[in-house]
Amino acid sequence: MKGTVLGIEGTAWNLSAAIVNEKDVIAEVTHTYVPPVGGIHPREAAQHHARFASHIIGRLLDEGRKKGISSSMIDGIAFSQGPGLGACLRTVATAARALSLGLDVPLIGVNHCLAHIEVGRWKTPARDPVTLYVSGANSQVLAYKMGKYRVFGETLDIGLGNALDKFARSAGLTHPGGPKIEEMARKAKNYIPMPYVVKGMDLSFSGLSTAATDALAKASLEDVCYSFQETAFSMVVEVTERALAHTGKKEVLLAGGVGANMRLREMLKIMCEDRGAYFYVPEKRFMGDNGAMIAYLGLLMLDSGSVISVENSHVNPNFRPDSVDVTWITDKDLEGDL
Amino acid sequence: MYLARGAEALVTLDEGIVIKERIPKNYRLQEIDERIRKERTRAEARLISEARRGGVPTPVIYDIQDFRIEMQYIEGKPLKYLMDEEMSNKVGQLVGRLHSNGIIHGDLTTSNMIFSNARIYLIDFGLAYMDSSLEAQGVDVHVLFQTFESTHSDHEKLIASFCQGYRKSFVTADDVIERVKEIEKRGRYA
Repeated sequence: MKGTVLGIEGTAWNLSAAIVNEKDVIAEVTHTYVPPVGGIHPREAAQHHARFASHIIGRLLDEGRKKGISSSMIDGIAFSQGPGLGACLRTVATAARALSLGLDVPLIGVNHCLAHIEVGRWKTPARDPVTLYVSGANSQVLAYKMGKYRVFGETLDIGLGNALDKFARSAGLTHPGGPKIEEMARKAKNYIPMPYVVKGMDLSFSGLSTAATDALAKASLEDVCYSFQETAFSMVVEVTERALAHTGKKEVLLAGGVGANMRLREMLKIMCEDRGAYFYVPEKRFMGDNGAMIAYLGLLMLDSGSVISVENSHVNPNFRPDSVDVTWITDKDLEGDL
Repeated sequence: MYLARGAEALVTLDEGIVIKERIPKNYRLQEIDERIRKERTRAEARLISEARRGGVPTPVIYDIQDFRIEMQYIEGKPLKYLMDEEMSNKVGQLVGRLHSNGIIHGDLTTSNMIFSNARIYLIDFGLAYMDSSLEAQGVDVHVLFQTFESTHSDHEKLIASFCQGYRKSFVTADDVIERVKEIEKRGRYA
């Protein structure tokens, strides 16, 4: 695999651009939208991206130049085509199209969920894992099978991160709520029963978020945070284990911002040890939304011929990972013992 | 005698009685773990007998304890070894009856169907739940079609005769079959 790709991520609150080649991340520049109060306001996030897009790309190209990569050496422009907030996606797509036309190189529309998986396969020893991808908007269990990443289980309503954030706001904690909930949970004394909703292989978190808010009337914030985490994480680990059993795979990869939580990691580790599976977590910079993962999957796609024309580069706020033909993996790549 | 080991439970055969016991999970709090295993054991037993009352042959339940169900052993052959168009039609009728009763099996495969005494029994309700939505029924049928495709070479004929049977026992069968096509397009693997 050869080439150098510039990728731009901007599905939600993080605007991040990076230049990568097959070996490593050459440069990455990020500017994060931070809501003054409450959660992410889609319009304001998009305005943030529009305001800073040319600034961060300018800085990225400068940094690339310092590392010996001039803009004429870039072979393709990748962008997060979805899923995400429509206004944010459109802003980033506009920047990507302009760069693609300006540098006269191919445009690559990247599925954000798959970028999380591929950066994990790049930066950890995982080869053919079951991936638990948990972020603000998304909660999915995915695994590769015959040309596609299949969704084995997913949330039926809101993402796990969103459920945590919603509860955090109602408890008076600031955005993002996850890290604060984790800290509170460490000081808890009691478990309070909460709704545990696994339907077949699918998950539901919205009732849990409401139940946690209601529980604040009777229990301490520490106990509620703890109970929320224990319940929600048990649910996602259970579905991950089922996917392992179903597919016969031997590796678990954790992806997405919620993956920063140490208790979630601990539970996955115990489950994997009990089943004799390997557990992989990429370093923190590759867990949340980042430009490097978009650039890297962009590189894999460019290399396997998955490029799009500007005319066909519409964003897709509901872009499903299981609708993408995985041109960059051949079944031969996955052969052999681990 | 040991029969099967899933992600959730151990199934053994003891003096002609099948014992399904849900095993503890070390990753979750004991309190959550015991509650979930108890709830699911009760729900599974309830759905097995509810399906039976709805005209779908299932094992007779003998006893339920905290995490274990004792039930009838169905002596026969898994349908995966006997599958043909006639059987598939019968399976369609069974699944139609199950869905008319608001039950989703959750793991319809030809290994979970046993042919015994000229009847087809449905077993393993470990992933079953109550749901009358088109989507849930569609996914249920889709999962079965996928086993047809992966284990039987004449799967197109099997699917056609399944649909015939399914229509016979379930009024909204056509809507579900329509939804199955949509689910296939999504590539969703449930």
